[in-house]
Amino acid sequence: MEHLELFFKSIFIDNMVFATFLGMCSYLAVSKKVATAVGLGAAVIFVLAVTVPLNWLLDQYILQPGALAKTLGPEYASYDLSFLSFIMFIATIATMVQLVEIVVEKFSPALYNSLGIFLPLIAVNCAILGGSLFMQSREIPTLGMALNYGISSGIGWFLAILAIAAIREKIRYSSVPAPLRGLGITFILTGLMAIGFMSFGGMLTGSDDGNKKEKVEQAIKVEDKKKEDVVKKEEEKSAKTTTALNQ
Amino acid sequence: MAEVAEQEKVKKAPSEPLFSKKNRKLITDPLTDNNPITIQVLGICSALAITAQLKASIVMTIAVIFVLGVGNVVISLMRNIIPSKIRIIVQLIVVAALVIIVDLVLKAYAYSLSKELSVFIGLIITNCIIMGRFEAFALANGPWKSFLDGIGNAAGYGAILIIVGFFRELLGSGTLLGFKVLGDPVEKTGLFAFGYENNGFMLYSPMALIVVGLIIWVQRSRNKALIEQE
Repeated sequence: MEHLELFFKSIFIDNMVFATFLGMCSYLAVSKKVATAVGLGAAVIFVLAVTVPLNWLLDQYILQPGALAKTLGPEYASYDLSFLSFIMFIATIATMVQLVEIVVEKFSPALYNSLGIFLPLIAVNCAILGGSLFMQSREIPTLGMALNYGISSGIGWFLAILAIAAIREKIRYSSVPAPLRGLGITFILTGLMAIGFMSFGGMLTGSDDGNKKEKVEQAIKVEDKKKEDVVKKEEEKSAKTTTALNQ
Repeated sequence: MAEVAEQEKVKKAPSEPLFSKKNRKLITDPLTDNNPITIQVLGICSALAITAQLKASIVMTIAVIFVLGVGNVVISLMRNIIPSKIRIIVQLIVVAALVIIVDLVLKAYAYSLSKELSVFIGLIITNCIIMGRFEAFALANGPWKSFLDGIGNAAGYGAILIIVGFFRELLGSGTLLGFKVLGDPVEKTGLFAFGYENNGFMLYSPMALIVVGLIIWVQRSRNKALIEQE
């Protein structure tokens, strides 16, 4: 259930492009044709799925305040290396992208050709580093959740670039005002799509709040009952003692 | 804008060679006709989410000017010893080191602001402007020219950020840098006395995109040469 919630949340509510503007540069530059957009989107999902869990491990076992105690022993508990996280994350991403490029080239030349120039470009895609930084700042609890977060935010990005590429292919045939042609209308379209995606906002949070309130109310009722019980018992006791004393 | 810039050029022409015509063009060009955001389509990623307030936009501008100016000089100085195969990693490490400095300074002197900017300071690392200028300029030019190019491009980027931030804060919350320039919405003073209302929608992120789209519209209808041909 937790996984499902995170999955839909990262795709629709916290969509990389529409909610946080991550990866906008390549989103705008590579969205002229659907085919290339699909290639880049697939590459982003893949790289996010690899780098987010890796950076989660780095964060948990090296970077967090006191994390060195887990790996090297209790005498390192006072070290706080969190200021190094930018440099560690970006180095991981750059090396992983090159590694992935080499592996894909060796074992699947067809996939390599279809991803083409996009793979090296991804190292400087804000969405990738943004995924790792949000993973850190939102305190994702487990490795599985981190993997889930990487994949699902990649899917969100994929959806966004696919949609805008489809719209841009169609809009070529309509009469947009000349100064808005190309970049300008793409910005405005993205804005409108983002407004659309805002409507997903209440999908999970609304029911969550309701559940919490109900739980809190139930807890309060239970406590009240307990208190009443205690009071009744005490009353009974005191009544008994008084009757006993009277006798 | 372009006319004013040209007039300034004419006035300053007989000055020292450090600011020769070509060098000054490096700074003025990105401000108008070669703007990184509206023309080169670089650096939109980390920019738009923080423009709901003018103050954050200004801080972001200063941070990017620092990182791009210094980074361009460093890369330009090292341009002959960086092996071209691993240059992206070298560039990323240089930017990451500079961004860590910015982040720590912000945390020390403006903690609440650094909380507000959250991950977006870190995202300066992958700001396409920075990598783009390193690749396109600093790897091929000397340190002084690279410095001017860096400052110019960062300023052009900042100009758009500040324009967007100005309109979003003014129309969204009726303030500028926190001062209530349009009056008090609760006590109904100033404009609010006449039934004016804040447009809360300006504070949501989609409006940043639409405002940038409108800026592009204005810029391109003033300078027809920039219109895209398809």
